[in-house]
Parts: sequence; C-alpha cells; structure tokens
Amino acid sequence: MKTVQYTEVKGWSTGYLAILGVLGAIIVVGLGAAYYMEHQGHWVTGMSNQVVWGMPHVFAIFLIVAASGALNVASIGTVFGKPMYKPLARLSGLLALALLAGGLAVLVLDLGRPDRLIVAMTKYNFRSIFAWNIFLYTGFMVIVAVYLWFMMEARMNRYYKTAGYAAFIWRLILTTGTGSIFGFLVARPGYDAAVMAPMFIVMSFSFGLAIFMLVLMASYKWLARPLGDAVLGRLKNLLGVFVAAALYFVAVQHLTNLYAAEHHAFEAFMLLDGGIYPLLFWGGFVVVGSILPMVLVWHPAFSASRTWLGVASALVILGGLTQIYVILIGGQAYPMEMLPGHEIISSAFFDGVVAGYSPSLPEFLLGMAGVGVALIMVVIGVKVLRFLPVTLADEAVDPHATAKA
Amino acid sequence: MSEFDEARQDPEDAKPDLARRRFFGTAAAAAAVATMVPGLSILPASARSPDEPVTEDQRWGMLVDVNKCADGCTACVDACHEENGVTHHGRPTTDPYWIRKVKLRDRMTGREYGMPLLCQHCEKPPCVDVCPTGASFRRADGIVLVDKHICIGCRYCMMACPYKARSFIHEVTTDQKPHAPRGKGTVESCTFCVHRVDAGGDQQPACAEACQAEGHEALVFGDLRDPESRLYRLLTEISSRQLREDLALNTGVRYHGI
Ligand code: SF4
Ligand code: SF4
Repeated sequence: MKTVQYTEVKGWSTGYLAILGVLGAIIVVGLGAAYYMEHQGHWVTGMSNQVVWGMPHVFAIFLIVAASGALNVASIGTVFGKPMYKPLARLSGLLALALLAGGLAVLVLDLGRPDRLIVAMTKYNFRSIFAWNIFLYTGFMVIVAVYLWFMMEARMNRYYKTAGYAAFIWRLILTTGTGSIFGFLVARPGYDAAVMAPMFIVMSFSFGLAIFMLVLMASYKWLARPLGDAVLGRLKNLLGVFVAAALYFVAVQHLTNLYAAEHHAFEAFMLLDGGIYPLLFWGGFVVVGSILPMVLVWHPAFSASRTWLGVASALVILGGLTQIYVILIGGQAYPMEMLPGHEIISSAFFDGVVAGYSPSLPEFLLGMAGVGVALIMVVIGVKVLRFLPVTLADEAVDPHATAKA
Repeated sequence: MSEFDEARQDPEDAKPDLARRRFFGTAAAAAAVATMVPGLSILPASARSPDEPVTEDQRWGMLVDVNKCADGCTACVDACHEENGVTHHGRPTTDPYWIRKVKLRDRMTGREYGMPLLCQHCEKPPCVDVCPTGASFRRADGIVLVDKHICIGCRYCMMACPYKARSFIHEVTTDQKPHAPRGKGTVESCTFCVHRVDAGGDQQPACAEACQAEGHEALVFGDLRDPESRLYRLLTEISSRQLREDLALNTGVRYHGI
C-alpha cells in the first residue's frame, strides 16, 4: 500500500475566507446571545424553574456525544486495524476535539455564573458525576491531542497505536459518563435507567459518523481533492448499521420502561399523548432521523448519489438533535410524583402539570455558536496542520485496488 | 458583587465538638421511646448556644400536620418570602418559591387536602450528591444549604431534587436581606431560616411562626434528636410519613395526615 500523503490547505481563497467569516459571525452572534441571557438573567430564555435545562443543553449534549462518536473512524483504523480507515484518522481526531470544545463552550456559557468557571475547575465534589465529567472531558482532549501528535510526528509513530487504544477506551467511558448524568436522576421517571449509558454510546456512533461524513464530503468537494466511492461506500454502510443500532437501543429503553407499571404513564406521555414529544420522537427521530437515512444509504435508487448521502447524514444529525431534545426536555416537562396514589390538583409552582417550554432565539443562537466553534476549529486545523490526505481516490485507499493494479 | 457576600456556612465549621456537654440521663430515659421513631437516632441533645459549633448532636426537622393546614391560607409562604427577601416579578414560571402550597387529591378516596412543600432537608440529599462544586452541602445538624460563593448555576441540583424544592434566580435581585443573600444566576432553597436557628434560643423558622400566629399550628419545627423537644414527642405519638419515601432519603420534614 502506498504511503498516504497529507497536506495543509494552501493559500487563502475567497471561499476559505468566506467560510471563516460565516462561522466567525455565528460565534460572535452566539456570544452576544449568551451575554444578553447572562446580563438580563435567565428569565429572558424559555427555561424556567420547571424546565431548568433547555436548548443550549440540547446542543451541548449532542455535540459532546457526537464528539466521542467522531473518533470512531480513527478507532476502527487503529484499534480494529482496518487499513481503509487509517487515512481518515487524523480528521476523525480533529473533529472529535472540535466537537467536544464546541459542546463544552455552550455548556459553560449557559451556566448561571459562567464567570465562576475557575470555581468549577478547582472545587470538586467527587460524588458528583458532573464533576467526574469535567475530568473525562479534559482527559479526552489530552489523549486525543497526544494520539494526533503521535500519528502526525514520524518519530512518535510507533506509539500511536497505544494512544489510539487509550483514546478508544476513554471515549467509551466518556459517553458512559454523559449518559450517566441522566442515570443518576433517580427522582425523574424518564431518566433513571441503566440502559441510558449504552444507548448514548450507540447514539454517539451514529451522530458522530454522520457529522464526519458531511465534513469529509464538504471539504473534499471544496478543496477539489479526489474522494473515491470505496471510502464513502464503507462509511455509508457503517452509518446505516449505527443508525439501526441506535434505533434498537432506543426501543430497548422504552420496552424496559414498559416492564415497570410505575413508568407506564411516563411512557404513554413520551410515545402517545404527550403532544409535541411523541410527535418529535416518532416523526423526528424515528422517521426522519432513522428510517429515511437508512433507506437513503441502502436503497440502490439513492445510495449511489453523494447528494443523497449528504442528505442522509444531515437527517441523522437532525434526528439526533430531536432525540436529545425529547429525552432532555420531555423528561423535565413530565410532572414528578410527590406522593404515590395522589394527584396534585393545584400549586403555584406548576406541580402536577406538564411544564411548558418554548426555546427562545438567544438559546438557539448560543447552541449554534457551539456548532460554529467546532467547525471553525476544523477549518483552521486543516489549514495549519496536515490533517487531510491529498487523495482518497479508490486506488489510493483500497488495498484490493492496489493489489490488483 | 456585594450581593454574594454571604458568611459561608462552611462544613469545616461543623466539626463535632467533643468537649460538648452531654446529658446522658435524658438519653437513657429517652432510649425506650426513641426506638419507636424510625430514622431518628437516640443521641442526647440540647439547645445549642450561638457560639457553639454545629454538630451532629442535633438534627433540625419539621412536622407538617396536614389536617391543620387551612385551605386557602398562605401565611407560611408569605412569611418565608418576606423574611428572606424572596421577591416575585409577576412571571410565574421563573419566580422563585422556597415554600409553596400544594393541593392533593387521593386518587382512590377522592379526599382532598393542602400542604406546604419546602426543602425536605434530606439526610441523603440528591442535590448535594450531584452538585459538581460542592456548593450544595448538608450541615452536620441536617440543614441543607447552597453556598452562594461557589454555586456556578449549573442547575444539576434542580434536576436531581425529587421535590422541586429549588429555584434558580432568573432575575437581578434587589432589596436583599443581609442574612439571606441572593444572586442572579445561582440556585436557592429553604434554609430552615438558618439565621434564626443559629441565633439560638427558641426561634423557629418564619413559616412555622406565621402558621402559629394564624392559630393553625400545622408546622412544628424542632430538633429530631432532642427527646425533650415538642417535635420529637409529637413524632413518637402520631403517625407521620415522608414524601417519596421510596427514595429512602430520610427527610427531615415529615407529614402527618397524608
Ligand atoms: S428536598 Fe431537594 S433541595 Fe432539599 S435536601 Fe432534599 S434533594 Fe436537596
Ligand atoms: S446549581 Fe449550584 S448548587 Fe446546584 S448543582 Fe450547580 S453548582 Fe451546585
């Protein structure tokens, strides 16, 4: 097999500057939105004392989950030794770092006191899974950075496999940690399920890969570098499998909930009569975010088209955001039971009623800024360092094609 | 900002004072009845003077007699919010509540009753477990508080509390009471009027005092570990339950008549 050649993005084309400009603008607008919410107080958002985590958390959790999934491509190359994935490993690592940074930025900017970030980093309550996550996130950044360095630096090359294994294990723990943020909320009927952690891992595979594919296709198109069908064919099949697996785990989560009578009302709320939440779940996650993409990647009428492949990836991302929204907001909107066997008939504090939530524009803009941060890191990364192979044409990456030649 | 300048109720200050006076006689006499109250220890206790440190010899708690809680009365809520400077802005979804009146109906019998709901001062508080910075903490004497200096406003405690006992401060705060600093962007909840408790004497939280003044006597505050206390005696005499007892949090607030 030929050695893969990587180069930076050369020159300052108008297109490149335009992308930088647009992403920069998205970030600035998001920062403005964060400042506004901070300065006024959170009453200007859709969040309340009932729904305490809103749209920013949907974006933050999505990006953090997708970050660990984006590393998958590199892991398949390094840990599972699949040669075709090796040229993609650098981009995969970069994207993982970038998505995590974007997600964390949103999380921090939505704190009531973001100015106390230093407090969050110096005072730890080791019983809190949230505090553990701070370690998991910083650790992930360091390990992936080292992994990238070992891959890119010839002298360190022989260690990169070890770093790859470490990163792979770390990302599994990280997503388990993110899923467990919900698992520890014993009081809320929607959250205290052990299956949350594996479900988040599988969801991370599919969200992360969808983002990876979009970024890969877009950058090779804009840079006019060859991207062969062999690579895309593998990735799209993998995406189909991951999407199916995520759907399976979500089904398991709901089915296990249905075993317990105490969860029946909650399940009915999420799946049938909860208004917007069942609609988003069935329409958004199941149909648009799972079934449609599976058809697009596997049905011969679409699967050969790169446009449809791009659409499929975009739908997976949209479905993923919807699924996080349903889990996060739906779980809070559903009223908590205070006393078994009793219903709450009145309360000034919205006990016993489904809490309303409509995301405000600033929340959405802050969430988008996280996406902007992630993408701008990729755009700058591929410009200053050698992340992207010069060619991903079939004969360059497919070992069989090389053998035959 | 001055609004956050709270004298921190540091758990460090709460080291058990071994030199403390102990009334072993009372303890022996109380041991027999003490075993009848599940979750209550038989440690002897007495009133603490303000200069003594907070210790585990006390556990502050409250008994709510639902039968005595009058329909339509919100004296406890008003008094609490007055005492602690908890102001509303006419925005129901974001306005804070340290204590609130809730009306329930028994699904089977149809019986209806109202009761105040406040922080239950759990012995194993989920809010404290999840708080990443340790801003949420439980004092040795059982009072659960938020340290306004280290709360970063992540709201994880609000996600974790089974009773929705906490509020996020969504607005700029004005007219604060010196003993109850409040700051936009942090989380707050009932403190059992810790400033009164720490002042010593016979002071009760504002809610219990107001209820008494109204002649209802639905709220009895006291030391769950002091066999001499009215609260302790009542708990040994009448039945009481914890809200969400399935979660086994051993709450400091108990309800009679539910
Ligand atoms: S009632 Fe809620 S806020 Fe109060 S101690 Fe228990 S978990 Fe914490
Ligand atoms: S909002 Fe404050 S008190 Fe609550 S968990 Fe976060 S840091 Fe702790």
